[in-house]
Amino acid sequence: MNATSDTSPMGANRIVPSAPASSAGAESRISARDVTVHYGEKQAIFGVSMDVPEKSVTAFIGPSGCGKSTFLRCFNRMNDTIEGCRVGGEITIDGEDIHDPALDVVELRARVGMVFQKPNPFPKSIYDNIAYGPRIHGLVKSKAETDALVESSLKKAGLWKEVSDRLDQPGTGLSGGQQQRLCIARTIATGPEVILMDEPCSALDPIATSIVEDLIHELREQYTIIIVTHSMQQAARVSQKTAFFHLGKLIEYGETEQIFVNPKEKQTEAYITGRIG
Amino acid sequence: MTEILETEAEANTRRRAQVRNSLSRRNRAEQRFKLLGLGSVLAAMAFVAVLFGNILTNGLPAFWQYNVDAEVYFDPEVINVPDVPVHQAGQSEADFQAEMLGWQRRLAMVNWNRILVASVEGALAEAGADTEIDARSAQSIIDSGARFVLRDMVLADPAIIGERREMQLLLSADGDNWAKGKLSRDLPDDRQQLSRPARDAIDRLEEAGIVHRAFAWHIFTNVDSRSSPASAGLAGAFVGSFYMMLVVILLAVPIGVSSAIYLEEFAPKNPFTDLIEVNINNLAAVPSIVFGLLGAAVFINIFHLPLSAPVVGGLVLTLMTLPTVIIATRSALRAVPPSLRQAALGIGASKTQMVFHHVLPVTYPGILTASILGVAQALGETAPLLLIGMNAFVANVPATPMDQSAALPVQIYLWQGNENRNFFEERTFAAIIVLLALMIVLNALAIWLRGRLERKA
Repeated sequence: MNATSDTSPMGANRIVPSAPASSAGAESRISARDVTVHYGEKQAIFGVSMDVPEKSVTAFIGPSGCGKSTFLRCFNRMNDTIEGCRVGGEITIDGEDIHDPALDVVELRARVGMVFQKPNPFPKSIYDNIAYGPRIHGLVKSKAETDALVESSLKKAGLWKEVSDRLDQPGTGLSGGQQQRLCIARTIATGPEVILMDEPCSALDPIATSIVEDLIHELREQYTIIIVTHSMQQAARVSQKTAFFHLGKLIEYGETEQIFVNPKEKQTEAYITGRIG
Repeated sequence: MTEILETEAEANTRRRAQVRNSLSRRNRAEQRFKLLGLGSVLAAMAFVAVLFGNILTNGLPAFWQYNVDAEVYFDPEVINVPDVPVHQAGQSEADFQAEMLGWQRRLAMVNWNRILVASVEGALAEAGADTEIDARSAQSIIDSGARFVLRDMVLADPAIIGERREMQLLLSADGDNWAKGKLSRDLPDDRQQLSRPARDAIDRLEEAGIVHRAFAWHIFTNVDSRSSPASAGLAGAFVGSFYMMLVVILLAVPIGVSSAIYLEEFAPKNPFTDLIEVNINNLAAVPSIVFGLLGAAVFINIFHLPLSAPVVGGLVLTLMTLPTVIIATRSALRAVPPSLRQAALGIGASKTQMVFHHVLPVTYPGILTASILGVAQALGETAPLLLIGMNAFVANVPATPMDQSAALPVQIYLWQGNENRNFFEERTFAAIIVLLALMIVLNALAIWLRGRLERKA
């Protein structure tokens, strides 16, 4: 933590392989084709296809148990860790099939970061929480590089001012909202291209929620974000595109404004007006 | 209308009364249960108190034994040996060794008892006692191990011959019993273990303060002995048990923890791993003596490892401890919240990194406690050791785990079976105290380490 890195987050930008320079906002880099998910005998996702635009926020909404979180976990293959879970269909990122046997899931998860429902910082210091990912992926070589990356990640997550004087204290000692931003900073530190957020605010109070939402808004400029949320207001506030799921099927997918103002499907309308869900 | 209101008010009153009634019933039930629980805790504590009280009152006296302060004269007439051989110029090494051995053999054949008898007579004279004591009675007062003490002193420094030394000579087992008042003074002579002159001599010497109690360090430094029970100690058993613990720690902990990690984190869930799991759980319930049979059959009959050796004992105890360590480690791993695993995987940690960087560190306290408790359990295990020959009388401190050795719990078993009940009962309790103290130290260590690691995590 030195004064020079304080003024230049360039240090991190040099290390972190951030998204390619192309700034075409609507360009689609992630596409899902006919994705199905089974939990044992039970089918949870029925042939979902969608293209997720780059550098924008896409919200998944739908009633509990509709499969939106399950579908989200397909993008970094977190479903692999669940016993008896099978994923079918095709998901590509930059044209690369993420189920390609040649692709290591570790590499995929470095590119596609994830923030979970409940803040889950490691029971380590704040510093080590951030530094862990870059270290295991070999993104940092020296202490100075690590320091710079920790600082820039915490700054991007808007947490630097609150924790800069106690980086050696356990991350679990922070408040819920701070913990969640720490988890976001931890995800950012590995330089992902995509960030998956699984109801990131459901365990937070309204003030912490609004801080995290502001953060999502800022992160959109650098990262492709997919967020699962229970709150339709949140989807309306943070996202550019919204997908509505019901009973494992993608019912409607479009511009957020269009979904909320002028839904094409009856079920979508029923959900956003509070009649199902 | 008013009527209905009244009924409602009445109904409310009735409901409140009902709730109050049931409340007092519930409170009584709670009170009963609390008392019952408190009663069981108190009963358990009372049992423990009785147990410890019994062990301590019986065992502690054994740590203080009676000694005679006597002047020992290394009489050259009795120690009738030539001068120590010196390596002559031109003499071969083998010849010198042979000559030295011959000298040592001469030394071993010296009638050391005569020196001891003279010392007792001297002590009696010093006490101003007019009692005459025959050689046999005088000899029966002193622990026969004193002979070897004197011999070793001469071996270490032959110049001592002809000199006088003030020494504390340990009383024999019978003498100690008499001095401690454990032998009835009312019994007729023919039923006493010590002759009348011997008993009188002890009494006189004690009155004069020449026979007195001292802390029996030799319990910790001597090995077991049958010929001189008063100087029998636990050193051999202690070292034997230490070697076994070493084997258990070096084998059971790494093997147990690794198998638990593999089974819990990496192994596929299929009928085969289910079978392994069931078997591990069953192994934890197998009587320990069966492990002893297994050890005798496999380690001794097939692998021809030595009988009575701590290495075999350690292997058998390892087999016995493994299921405990595996089960405890697995439950510690299972208690790790899934959110921590997700956090590690989500950031791109491989499964191995997840386990070793995140899951294991938070389970260290649990694994450590399980290991120490497993080792403590193994330390106190007796039955399997009997089947691999560790109940043999071994009067040696094992130099390596391959040497024959005693073990602490087996030593307790052997001492409690000793025919000299009057003396060895106390000794047995003393050995139990040593074993329990070791256990308490190990458990305290587990608690302390657990607290330390938990604070760190």
